[in-house]
Amino acid sequence: MQEEQPIFLQLAYQLENGILSGVYPEESQVPSITEFSVTYKINPATALKGINVLVDAGLLYKKRGVGMFVTQGAPQKLRTQRRECFYHDYIEKAVQEAKSLGLTADEIIEMMRKGFEDAN
Amino acid sequence: MKMQIEVHDITKRFGKSTALDHVSITFSGNKIYGLLGNNGAGKSTLLNLMTDRLRPTEGTITVDGQPVPNNDAALSKLFCVTDQNLFPDDMKVRKAFEVAKLFHPEFDRNVADSLAQKFELNEKKKVNALSTGYGSIFRLIIGLSINTPCVIFDEPVLGLDARHRDLFYQLLIQKYADHPCMLIISTHLIEEISNLIEHSVILYHGTVLKDCPTEELMAAAYSVSGPIQLVDSYLSGKHVLTQKVLGGLKTACVHGKPANRLPAGLELANVNLQDYFISLIEEEESK
Repeated sequence: MQEEQPIFLQLAYQLENGILSGVYPEESQVPSITEFSVTYKINPATALKGINVLVDAGLLYKKRGVGMFVTQGAPQKLRTQRRECFYHDYIEKAVQEAKSLGLTADEIIEMMRKGFEDAN
Repeated sequence: MKMQIEVHDITKRFGKSTALDHVSITFSGNKIYGLLGNNGAGKSTLLNLMTDRLRPTEGTITVDGQPVPNNDAALSKLFCVTDQNLFPDDMKVRKAFEVAKLFHPEFDRNVADSLAQKFELNEKKKVNALSTGYGSIFRLIIGLSINTPCVIFDEPVLGLDARHRDLFYQLLIQKYADHPCMLIISTHLIEEISNLIEHSVILYHGTVLKDCPTEELMAAAYSVSGPIQLVDSYLSGKHVLTQKVLGGLKTACVHGKPANRLPAGLELANVNLQDYFISLIEEEESK
């Protein structure tokens, strides 16, 4: 995730993270466009665009006159998507950086192991 | 009906100096507009012409099709917050709110009271006893509480501390959400409002440099950095706005969109609105 991405994508990414981490459980209501735009000090049209990224992906749905809700199965769907992107988003970049530093494949694999251990 | 302010071929001269030179802009619909420009670019002159506080040397301005000069029907659709206090100095804030209601039926006293609480503005104080910051806050509260079809803020956050600026921006969006209207924010503090404004108008030495959706401006340029020679060879044939050298490293702001893959060794970054603005001005200045 780049900080330099357009604001609406940053908002979409944060919402996705909220769904993945369970901050917004399935069938729960997410904050309104006004709440998002006031909190982040962004134009409501931008907030709407960010939320629509998730609506279009079937992760959020609209209850008319009530608000936006997390779709049943959204966390699983996101997990699958993010796993598919993992290689491109993280591995390719890590390998590129490792190569420029002269690190070998074995050395990185060892670091990954250590990372998993330290995270426990 | 869609709110529309048409600035048509306006020129304003003060003696020998030209503040605005054949400026045409159309403000249309319930959008948040940013009127951007350096000090002296002509922002306040334009706003004063729009609100009939000044008369143009040439050209016309209409609000919903009606010419502005001496026209209450047109002028009553606009409310402009400036750094000038329009109330008698020894009037108390509370009384000033009452007077505001008399002059502007669209003024919502309940909103003003609740905003005064949020800003911790003491309504018992006299207007001239307010500090610089609270003087601004007092005028901003009136602007935030008035529901005219168009509200204009001229340099709204000058004199406000960081916390109050934040609060102002949040309340501005809240107002916009509660009562959709046209908002025009004139400022030279671009970074703070770049995410707020849907449409940007950039003035430069009395002329319109840009007039387009903010999103377009954000995508109009990119920055490339890397070793000087690599950057230089990359830049050849491209529209370069500005370039800076630090040690052996060069960073350039380039107009347009980058190719999918940049030559190895070069780093790509987005250009935010403020950096793009500065680059545009620097480019103009080097002409």
